[in-house]
Parts: sequence; C-alpha cells; structure tokens
Amino acid sequence: MVVLIITRLFFLQIVEKKYAKLADANAVLRKVVYPSRGIIFDRKGRSILSNDVLYDLVVTPSSVKNIDTAYLCNILRIDKEEFRKRIVNAIVKNGRVRQSVFAALLPAEVFGQLQESMYLFQPGFELVPRQIRSYPYAAAANILGYIGEISPERLKDSAYASYNSGDYLGLAGLERTYESVLMGQRGIQYLVKDNLNRPQGAYEGGEFDSAAIAGKNLRLSLDIDLQQFGEKLMKGKMGSIVAIDPQTGGILAMVSAPTFDPNLLTGSYRSTNSVLLNRDTTKPTFNRAIQATYPPGSTFKPMIALVGLDEGVITPSFGYPCGGAYYGCSRPIKCEHHDAGHAANLRLALSHSCNSYFSHVYRLSVDASKFGGIRIGGLQKWSDYMSSFGFGHRIGVDVPSEARGTVPNPAFYDKMYKGSWNSCTSVFLGIGQGELTLSPLQMANAMCIVANRGSYFIPHFVQSIDNDNTNLLAKYKEKHIVAHITDTAYSAVIHGMADVITSGTGRIAQIEGISIGGKTGTVENYGFVDGKRVKLKNHAVFVAFAPAEKARIAIAVIVENSGFGARYAAPIASLMMEKYLKDSISTKRQALMKTVMETVTMDNAMVLKSKLDSLNATAALKKNGK
Amino acid sequence: MNRSQAKLTQGIDWPIVGLYLALVIIGIMSIFAAEYRGEDNIWQDIIHLNKNYSRQMMWFGVSVVLASVIWLTDSKFFTATANLMYAGGLLLLLLVLAIGKDVKGSHSWLVIGGFQFQPAELTKLCTNLALAKYLSSQETDFTKLRSRLIAAAIALIPAGIIILQDETGLALVYFSFFLVMYREGLPGVLLVIAFSGIVLVLSALLVDKYVLFIIFSVITALVIYFMRREIKRKRSRLLVILGVYAFCSVFVMFIVPFAFTKVLKDYQVRRIEVMLGKENDPKATYNTRQSMIAIGSGGFWGKGYLKGTQTRYDFVPEQSTDFIFCTVGEDFGFLGSVIFLALYVSLLFRIIFVAERQRSTFSRVYAYGVASIVFFHLAINISMTIGLAPVIGIPLPLVSYGGSSLMTFTMLIFIMLRLDADRQMVLR
Repeated sequence: MVVLIITRLFFLQIVEKKYAKLADANAVLRKVVYPSRGIIFDRKGRSILSNDVLYDLVVTPSSVKNIDTAYLCNILRIDKEEFRKRIVNAIVKNGRVRQSVFAALLPAEVFGQLQESMYLFQPGFELVPRQIRSYPYAAAANILGYIGEISPERLKDSAYASYNSGDYLGLAGLERTYESVLMGQRGIQYLVKDNLNRPQGAYEGGEFDSAAIAGKNLRLSLDIDLQQFGEKLMKGKMGSIVAIDPQTGGILAMVSAPTFDPNLLTGSYRSTNSVLLNRDTTKPTFNRAIQATYPPGSTFKPMIALVGLDEGVITPSFGYPCGGAYYGCSRPIKCEHHDAGHAANLRLALSHSCNSYFSHVYRLSVDASKFGGIRIGGLQKWSDYMSSFGFGHRIGVDVPSEARGTVPNPAFYDKMYKGSWNSCTSVFLGIGQGELTLSPLQMANAMCIVANRGSYFIPHFVQSIDNDNTNLLAKYKEKHIVAHITDTAYSAVIHGMADVITSGTGRIAQIEGISIGGKTGTVENYGFVDGKRVKLKNHAVFVAFAPAEKARIAIAVIVENSGFGARYAAPIASLMMEKYLKDSISTKRQALMKTVMETVTMDNAMVLKSKLDSLNATAALKKNGK
Repeated sequence: MNRSQAKLTQGIDWPIVGLYLALVIIGIMSIFAAEYRGEDNIWQDIIHLNKNYSRQMMWFGVSVVLASVIWLTDSKFFTATANLMYAGGLLLLLLVLAIGKDVKGSHSWLVIGGFQFQPAELTKLCTNLALAKYLSSQETDFTKLRSRLIAAAIALIPAGIIILQDETGLALVYFSFFLVMYREGLPGVLLVIAFSGIVLVLSALLVDKYVLFIIFSVITALVIYFMRREIKRKRSRLLVILGVYAFCSVFVMFIVPFAFTKVLKDYQVRRIEVMLGKENDPKATYNTRQSMIAIGSGGFWGKGYLKGTQTRYDFVPEQSTDFIFCTVGEDFGFLGSVIFLALYVSLLFRIIFVAERQRSTFSRVYAYGVASIVFFHLAINISMTIGLAPVIGIPLPLVSYGGSSLMTFTMLIFIMLRLDADRQMVLR
C-alpha cells in the first residue's frame, strides 16, 4: 500500500508538470497597473490637455450588507429598481465576489456627496480612481481626438492583444495616431489570490512585478492661442483653416468649423454626447480641414503658372490678350477683367486673377508637343506635377482619416468621357474648377511649396516626443523637393501673389509692415437638391503665406457658401497671420475682427436644427462648475 | 509505594512516544500553514483559541494529560473494564442517534459545553478493547465459526450504528478489525473471498450487468468443460460451481444496483463513480482535483514551509482536517512526503513489533488493533488526497485537526504503551 502511495506521489510530484502550472493558474492573479497617459503640449509648452482623476463606484455584490439603499440611490440619483438591476448586472458580469463597476466616472457633485458618506456603504462599495482627459483650452477637439473603452471587435484583433476589456485607448485624432507612445508601458503586478479570487498580497515578494512607465508627452507645433482664435473667427461659419509653418511643416492651427468642446467627450457623458455630436446636422466631428475636399478655384492659378513655367511653355513675361473672356474653346470662359493689358505678363495675370490667361496656360501645358499632346502624355505629365505638389493622395499628416482629393489623369477622363476628350474638355482645371478637388490641408501645403520655392515637409502636429525612441517622426523631418522649377519662376509667382494683396483682389488681407503673398478664390459650388444639379452659393477660398520673403506661416481658409473669396476667407486668413506673426490684432483691425467673428454665414435652417451650441454650453458650464 | 522518577517512566517504549510527538507537532505545523495569512498576530490567536492550530495545541495539551493519566493507571484496569467500556461506547453512539447534532451532513456529533465531540472516534478504542478481551478469554476458540461470528459482531455493531449516523467513512474503519482477526487465525480463504467480492463490485460498476452475466455464463461453461472429469468423479463439485455462478450473477444483477440506488447516498455513489473514471462531474471531482494540484505542484523539494499557494489560500477544501496531507505535499514536496510516510510506516512497524513481543493475547490483539486502525486511516486518507481512493471523510491519525480524533489515537497508543510496559509483570 505504501509503495503504491509513493509511486503515485512520484508521478504526481516529479513526473507530471501540469500541476505546478495549474497551481499558478489557481493562485496567481496578474494585475495590470495603468500608467498615466502622456500629456500633449503646444508649441509654447502649454498643456492643452491634462489627466484628471474621476472616480468609479464599484460594487462587490457579496459584501453588500445592511446598507441604506434608499440613501445611496438618492445620492446617485437612481431609483431602487435601477439599483437592483445594476447589482444583478454586476453579478452576471463578474460574479458575486469580484468587483464590478456600479456607476462609472461619477460627476464631481455626486462624488463629493458620496465620499462624505462612503463609510456607510463599505465594504460592499468602493470608490476607484480612473484617469480621464480634460481640456483647459476647450479647443482643437478634432485634432486631439478622444479616448474611450476598447470595443469588443478590437479586442478580438491580434493588433490589440495587449489590451484587456475595459481598457481605454485613443479612438481619434492624435490620441489614436500616437496611442503607442501616449499609453506608456503598463506595469504588471503578480498577486496571490485565494479560492474566491480575493487578492492576498504580492507573489514572491514582488520579484516578478514590473513597474508601470508613464506615457510619453507630445510636443506640438500647434499654437493653442492661434487655434482658439481661429475657432472664434470661424464661429457661425462652415469651413476650415489650416496654418502651417513652411520652414518645418509643423501645423500651427487647424480649425474645422463648426466645432465642439473636447470636454464633451470625456467622463461619464462621453457616449451620450458622442451620439449627439455624430447626429448633429452640422457634422462637427467631421474634420473639414483634412476630410473635406473642394475645387480650389482661383487659388489654384499659382500652381498652373508653376507647371507652365517649369515645362517651358511660358516665361514670366508671357502675356495673353484677354478681352473679358477665353474663346479658345467652344464655350467662352468669362473673365472678371476686360481692360487691355491686365494679363500682359504672369505677375499681372496673377494679381488680376485672369481666367483667360490660366485657361490658356493650362492648355499650353497639357497640349505641349514634347509630351505628345494631352492624350499621349500631356495630361499624365500634368497630373504627375499635381501629385508632387501633394494633391490627389494623402500627404501623411499625423491625424487619421485624411482625404485624398482628386486629380484627374488620362484614365480618369477615358472613363468619364468614354475616350472622347481633349484639352478643351478639361479647360476648367486651368481655373481650379471642374474635376480637381483638394483638401484645405493640401491647399495650405501648396502655399508652403510656393513660399519655400519648391520644397515642403509633410505637414504634422507633433514636433517632438519626450524621450523618443521610436521613429514615428522620421518622415516629418525629411524635406521633399518638388519638381525642379527655377527660382525665377517662383519669384514671378511670388511677386504676382504679393501684388494680389497690395493691389489685387486680396487687398483686405493687408497687414501693416508685413509683406504677404496670397490668392483669393471663389469656388463655384454645385449640389443636388431633390435630385437636380443646382448651383449653390459659392465657397470663399483664400490661400496665403507671410512674410513673402521668408515665410513663417502658410495658410488656407475656406468658408463654405459665403460668396466671394475676398469677403470672409481673406480677412480670416489675414487676422490669423497677424495674430501669429504679431501676437495681437492691431487696434485698427479690431473692428474687422469683431465683424468677422459675429458674422454667421451658415444656413439659417441648419443653425436652427443644430444642437451644437447648447451642447458646447453644457461643457463650458461643467468646466466652470469644477 | 514511593516511585522514583526513574521508575515512573520505566518500561515506556520511547520510539513510539517519539514518533507520536513528531506526528502531532507536524500536524500542528501543517494546520498552522493552512491557516496562517502573514499578518496574523500569532500569540493573540493562540491565547484566544480562535484558530484551528491554536485549538489543536489545546487538544494536544489535553492529550498529554490524558496520556499521563493512562500511564499512571494500572494496566489491569483496561482488561477489567473493557466490556464495560464497550457497552458505554455503544450507549454513547445510541445517545448520539437520539440527541446528536448535524455537522457537515453527518449526524454524529455531541455538543458538550461548547465543544463538539464525535463518539464514533472514541468507540474505536472501546471496540478494540472489547475485541481484545473477547479473543483473549479462556472460552474463546477462534477456530470455531461461532467465535468468529461473535468477534465480527463486536466489530460491526458499532459500525452499523455509525452508518445510521451518516458517517460512513468512520464506519468503514471498523472493518480494519478483520486484519486483527486474520492475525489471530481467520483463514486466508476469507480474505480471498473478500477480495473477489471487491472485484465483483467494481466490475458490476464498470461493466454493463448483462455483459457481465454473459461473461459469467461463458466462464462457468468453460470451467465445467475443463473440469468434466473431476465433476464425473464427484457430483457435488458441479453444485458448488453452479452455486458460485448463481451467486455472482444475482450479486451483479440485483444486489449491487440495489445497494447503489437504495443504500448508499447520492454523493457517495458519485464519488465512487468519479474515482473509477465513470463520471466527470467537476463538482464531485473538485476536492480531489484541488488536492492533487496542491500536492503535484510541490515538486521534488516542495515550495518551502508557509510558501504553498494552494493550501494557504483555501483552494483545497477541508485542508485542516481530511486534506491535511496536501500541506505536507505542497510545502515539502516528494522528499518531505516520503519522509512523512516513513514516520508513519516506522510507527506501524514499531507497533507490530511491540504487539509481537506481548505475552498476553489481550495485549497482542489490542496492539494489532491499534496498528490496523492507524494503517486503515493512513492508507485511505493519503490515497484519497492523491486520487487513488474515493473521497471518504476520515482523518489522518494524529495529524488532522480535530480533538476527538487526536484524543482517541492518543488513548489508543498510550493504553498500548501501558500494557506493553507491564508485559513482564502479568500473564493474562
């Protein structure tokens, strides 16, 4: 008998290895310790978001004994039926002896009340701290993005293997792009647990534990003052502003209007507000600066000129005898000017925004015989130029969901016109209308190329990551050279664009003491109303860079459905540049600023239907209440 | 008489006392290991008797007093009062049936002034004494069937009452007295029959009864065919063969199914079925599984004293009482377990050695009884913790937590030591 027992013991204890593993599975609890998430700073080192601590009320159903349920319900503002339901849910989810969330992310006033009387509800109920984001500047919502609980679908994805159910992660904006650095490194604590899964202390004295490493901070090129200013200027309007530092490609401001207070998407109201925002008629969560695309209109003319100059089909002194319209194709294209000599050379043609001149230059470029004409290689060559300007593909900005825009190439027209097309079919491309569409980001980046005379950095927000050991930012440090357009060609374009401000269509954008290169644009806008293609109110577009000699800011502004480009888009861009370059708005221009801020160009019916303003007001109230 | 100190301990068998103390101390340490949580205030717990190990220490103290009293008692007292004690024991068992208290599903406890007491433990001692008394009496001729039946009755009457108390595990212990009777001349044939009976029961449980019936029929036919010459010579042999055949068939077809559905409790049936691998009910296997995990995870060297995660955090149920061996297995590993078993085996061999040197039948039978009881407890208890036997709730002698059990074994052993010390003085 004893021999039998010892043989059995031998097999159990020495031969069989599974029991040791089973014992560990029984008794060792792996607990994840969450590090604090990285902070995001603007270009002047101001933290534009920070971590707040909110509390969850968690319940251990088996320990709930003799508590004043009515009092607790009263504090939590729920009824007894709801109380019972939540307890049942907790038991179903995690069992009786383990903790489950009873009320998540308690609002400050509830927490305050609860904390005072917590001793009444212990040990069944406990308060557990959770980190959430807060946004002291209440700006840049679409850029920063938000964090939220990981979805069940993602949990099944192997890319998210390190996440557990209930973990938070960046779901949009920079929070999503830089999730890997912001999240930090989670610590793991091994705890010994008993048969009811209750922790009983450190396993092996904490020998195998690893400490949590806080998330890394991001330092942006964004200027939060400028961002806030831009959001104020765009109030009541629909559209966007993108301002980039051409020297680095760092984005200074990116406004998409209308926008929302990022504090709406934190804490206990996140899911409710998220639904309300996504459902709102003004689509505030749609980042128009990178997700919307528009025909660039006349602001595209500098690029047409650059292609013409580089291909050698024109020189800066090339002139075109415009008499008020372009008659090169069967249908005349109207020009705003008809006085003789308004397009006597490139500089004049740009400053007067002559439609005939650029229609002609476009046709010269694509029909150039050295490429075998438009059908053979001309349009392909032209669309290659567009591609190198960053059009027709994602540039690679570091917030997700960037739109590609459209640049037509021969295949595009083959499909559209079933093979029957020529340079007249697409002549509207010469004045930035027709099939070509760009995102505001691409428009601003094009200004960087002009201002830098042929080079750009991929526009981006993050300038540096603290203690960076990733190569996430490598692609933003690389200078991209566009074509090989001569310096004189750029000079001609830049001079023309400077004239736009000093004596042309963009005079309203003048800033005292600063030379600006700019271009106005008015984009004809067609939409479908009741299935019929109708002409809607024009979009106003303005692109610019300043100072013209060595630009520190390049900007693109679009105000949807607001008419002529100089009217709203130009003053907004100008005020933005003034704010950035001079830090404040001169007293002379305060009135202009006020007018711009107060103007509402959005459709009245849409404003009435939108609940955005009242939502933002609640966020502001909540913040002030704190 | 003025006995000196040297005389006081004269004749005591020190190896047994040493092994006894070693096992009791290991027991207290193991109970401590199963309960200790790191932040406990040990002295406070000992003084307030609010932990199992502190109460076991108290019982150990009581046991030392009991052992001393027994040592100071004249050995003739035990022979003289054996039958009286047996009768008292039976009365106690009957009393429990009447006024007993239910603890963990068995109706076998008496409550006396806050303490719980299990007479079924104590009656092992009474029965052992009575059996020794009967077998040593002048009138008994153990070669006669009548004497054998009376001896069997002495052992099995308490067992019957204990089964009525729903404490089947302890009742089974009384079958260990048959080992004593075997030593005293019970023919080996009975053991063969008993063993065949066990095989029959097991096969009845594992194999479909109709298949078994066919197998028996075939075997019987073959046996008759091969023994046809002997049968021709002696007709009665055929009757014997057919009788065995009929008995086996009736046994597997009717008696075993009846016993399993009507006599045994549901949980007992399930445990037996689980042990035989017939059923895989996680609830029924939980105890054995956790116990095997605890012991198996000990490895060769063990995790070290107070380092076991399974025994310390309540994964093994009943770990202070029936499953106390898990603590030894987990904390001290294979090496410790073997040494621990060696202590028991030494104790058993020493008791048998002591039994064989007795000059009186009473002392010899009594000592063999002690060895049998300890052996039965040990074999069943350890086997159940490592999954070799179904879970039968009997404690590990001297080690498991429990006052009744510790005191009973203390008395069993020290009465034996008293008898042994006086072996030269009287011839009984």
